[in-house]
Amino acid sequence: MERYFQKEIETADREQILAWQNERLVRQVRHVWDNVPYYRAKMETKGVTPEDIRSVEDLHKLPFLTKDDLREAYPYGLLAKPLKDCVRIQSTSGTTGRRVVAFYTQHDLDLWEDCCARAIMAAGGTNEDVCHICYGYGLFTGGPGLNGGSHKVGCLTLPMSSGNTDRQLQFMVDLEATILCCTPSYAAFLAESIQERGLRDKIKLKAGIFGAEAWSEEMRQDIQNKLGIKAYDIYGLTETSGPGVAFECSEQTGMHINEDHFIAEIIDPDTGEVLPEGSKGELVFTSITKEAFPLLRYRTRDICVLTRGKCSCGRTHVKMSKPMGRSDDMLIVKGVNVFPSQIETVLLEQGYPANYQIIVDRVNNSDTLEVMVEMTPENFSDNLGKITEMEKGLVSALKAMLGIYAKVRLVAPKSITRSEGKAVRVIDKRKI
Amino acid sequence: MTIPQISVFLENKAGQLADITGILSENQVNMRAINIAETADYGVLRLIVDDASRASSILLEQGFILTMTPVVGVAVSDAPGGLSKVLSVISRAGIDVEYMYSVFGQKNGQACMIFRVADTEGLSVVLQENGIGTITGEDLGLH
Repeated sequence: MERYFQKEIETADREQILAWQNERLVRQVRHVWDNVPYYRAKMETKGVTPEDIRSVEDLHKLPFLTKDDLREAYPYGLLAKPLKDCVRIQSTSGTTGRRVVAFYTQHDLDLWEDCCARAIMAAGGTNEDVCHICYGYGLFTGGPGLNGGSHKVGCLTLPMSSGNTDRQLQFMVDLEATILCCTPSYAAFLAESIQERGLRDKIKLKAGIFGAEAWSEEMRQDIQNKLGIKAYDIYGLTETSGPGVAFECSEQTGMHINEDHFIAEIIDPDTGEVLPEGSKGELVFTSITKEAFPLLRYRTRDICVLTRGKCSCGRTHVKMSKPMGRSDDMLIVKGVNVFPSQIETVLLEQGYPANYQIIVDRVNNSDTLEVMVEMTPENFSDNLGKITEMEKGLVSALKAMLGIYAKVRLVAPKSITRSEGKAVRVIDKRKI
Repeated sequence: MTIPQISVFLENKAGQLADITGILSENQVNMRAINIAETADYGVLRLIVDDASRASSILLEQGFILTMTPVVGVAVSDAPGGLSKVLSVISRAGIDVEYMYSVFGQKNGQACMIFRVADTEGLSVVLQENGIGTITGEDLGLH
């Protein structure tokens, strides 16, 4: 039996959804115009006023927002509510240079948690379940989002956060966790640890909700088989609230976007033109219910397809495919956003040439990040200890910038592959 | 009296060392001592050759990264306890040895060890005071 957290909304007919979207969009554009000078200026440049936006049909008239805008407006430039009305901040994993800070009113948190609750119930969750959450808690949206959703559903919530596998497994077994929420790579890692320790018969998991990084259908099958569960995908980004913008239902053929809160568009990443339904292109979101941080036409850079076919779960909201790639050079490694430019900045700061190569791979279902750096005469020494010390310094500087470990491999000069004179910066060996 | 040492960056991949020795051989450069320090991913090849300045310009031309360092050649008695004596003298003087290695062959019952220290002059004085001989480039047949 399909379960819903907000059945009337999740199964509303198309006309009803459009009616909500039209009304909320008009209100949201006015709210942003009145309270966000940064976006108002963008609208004025484009010659658009709130009066021009009467329905979703007019959405395309609005200017886009990009991650660059968020950076430029950091920290308060896109805030639409006085700080006294805000109760929470979350931030993207990227640290210096690319930080995105999002603000929430209590109402924003409430709606975000509703979205996560929908995802948990779509995965079969009820108030009888024990929801084991090992997404990171803190600035990262994963832990707090699912935590709130789990409370709303009434699950017994285990706020495990990430790391410490022994403790994760002990709680999972002793407290008979039934729903697991984490990144797919951590789920795969836990699945292997459970197999190795012969705990398969002692766990009571029935479902998993896995997001924050790309994963393949093969990886889903692998996790499902090893844990004996159904594995569901969840999508979101800090800019639009966090996980729960879209989630999978029992059909497992794409993620329903919560259209009562977000309007989704697919555009041509080069021209910005809106593409017809079913086309592959860049996903753009407009938050129509957020109070504190209402982004209009935010370009996610994720490439995917939207489909509006009838879904066997009974939900009527549009479905997005798994992201098939990016329209920029951002990499997602271990759930963390990594830009090659961040790595370049660190190399230059540490006195290395900006001639580098990033190699991303997935070993035993876990992402690995390696940075190949060419040795220079200035950095070279006859003393091996001095070289390894510098290498360690580079590893910690990269860790401080990216938030994750990157292996550094020092290579001989001119040994980094160049094609047609241009260096290939990123080699992604992951088969997703 | 110091001896010039060439240190070359080695990426840990097959054929790197053969490439370097091949280049030196083609150019009639004779190696007098060789030493490698390495981690899993890279290493440092240290060489004493008959003509350091010619060898280094050849290697630089070929795109290798290298550095020249003055090191001290020490005459060590080729008998049990020979090296131990030298090391205890150096250690008592408070001189820190970064690394050391030996030169091929021996002469008149004396082996030659190469010492890399920060204070080469200090080392020479200590050795002299303790009656330990140093070995010059000339002794090794270096140009």
